[in-house]
Amino acid sequence: MNLFTGKDLVCLRGERIVFSGLDFGIDAGGVLVLVGPNGSGKSSLLRLMAGLLGPMSGTLQWNGEALTEDPEAHNGRLHYVGHLDAVKPVLSVAENLEFWSGLRAKAGEGDTGAAVLAALEAFGIGHLAAVPGRFLSAGQKRRVNLARILAAPAPLWLLDEPTTALDKRAVAGLERAIVKHRETGGMVVLSTHTDLKLDAFQALDLSDFAPKREGGWAA
Amino acid sequence: MGGVTRFMHIVKRDLHLAMRQGMDSLMVVMFFVLAVVLFPFGVGPEPNVLARIAAGVIWVAALLSSMLSLERLFQTDYEDGSLELLTLAPLSLEIVVLAKITTHWLTTGLPLIVAAPLLAVLLNMEPDGFGVMIAALALGTPTLSLIGAVGAALILGSRRGGVLLSLLILPLYIPVLIFGVSAVDAAIGGYEVNAQLLILGGFLLGALPLCPFAAAAGLRQAVE
Repeated sequence: MNLFTGKDLVCLRGERIVFSGLDFGIDAGGVLVLVGPNGSGKSSLLRLMAGLLGPMSGTLQWNGEALTEDPEAHNGRLHYVGHLDAVKPVLSVAENLEFWSGLRAKAGEGDTGAAVLAALEAFGIGHLAAVPGRFLSAGQKRRVNLARILAAPAPLWLLDEPTTALDKRAVAGLERAIVKHRETGGMVVLSTHTDLKLDAFQALDLSDFAPKREGGWAA
Repeated sequence: MGGVTRFMHIVKRDLHLAMRQGMDSLMVVMFFVLAVVLFPFGVGPEPNVLARIAAGVIWVAALLSSMLSLERLFQTDYEDGSLELLTLAPLSLEIVVLAKITTHWLTTGLPLIVAAPLLAVLLNMEPDGFGVMIAALALGTPTLSLIGAVGAALILGSRRGGVLLSLLILPLYIPVLIFGVSAVDAAIGGYEVNAQLLILGGFLLGALPLCPFAAAAGLRQAVE
């Protein structure tokens, strides 16, 4: 059973405290949905969880071991989907995905091609495998980016507004992917402004951890 | 998959990208040739003068053209989000940086070494200097790519990155320039060149472990 926890996290961006005193805990099969107004630190928390950003204070632990002990091991067990889709315009969709899944393949896993095709099919873009990235629409690029996390399995998914630019069918595809991922003991942290149909998720409202400010917009 | 395989995986992808995007490497060589060709027009076609300045001109032009494509070294990956994912890949960022530097050298340094003897003929350089010039460039240009990567990582996200990059990097190129030119001059004058080549080799061996660390630290700052 995997367990991912954060304790007493404080996040500083620029010279401003975004949130402080934040705790969370997810176990295998769990989903944590981050909610809160713009600028409340949803993306920052996801980047903190990915290790792209260091917390000003507080600790993040995987099965009781601090992430700072072995950042590479943490990289190996997470997939991060950010605002940018990392699709190279001159490479075909399949080549783009093969690069990313090849980078994560373990010794002995020679061919990643089949896994890549299956991942593309899951998001309904199998027919685009040979198309160069520059011809894709914003929604198709997002589907490619989401297919990337299916092509090489990892237990922790960190999804920063994954539904951006997606149509209804693709959103349904993402919901199915999340259900499957949870069945195999995977965990998901995501921030979203659209309603995803998810069972038994915990919600974390980041505005609860915002510092008290004078003047600003009253909530 | 071990570190070496992943390293090769990144080099292969970047070479692939460079081939598809095509022009970059060719443009660097064209710039190198044009910059050198300008000198006979500027200083006059007198063979003695050209022979005297040949080594210096070729080295300075090589420095400038190797810097030309540095700005793009991490920039495209930074802009399209690939850099974040590379930072999150299960291998150390230093290896990623080293792979990118290797590709940079293969697509710019290596073509320069190939083009240099032709330009040396054009500038009437003494044939005694050719072999040493190629050896010195072979030792010096990887150092240029390594040092340049540190600058390329530091300018990410800044406006006018290209100009800033040259201000940061060109002063650091001076030692390579001094010993590179002096090796060729020594060979032409009939002196020993071992010392200069050893020093250039020393620069390379020093930069090889240090620069990837510095550049990786710069990249971590950039993706924060």
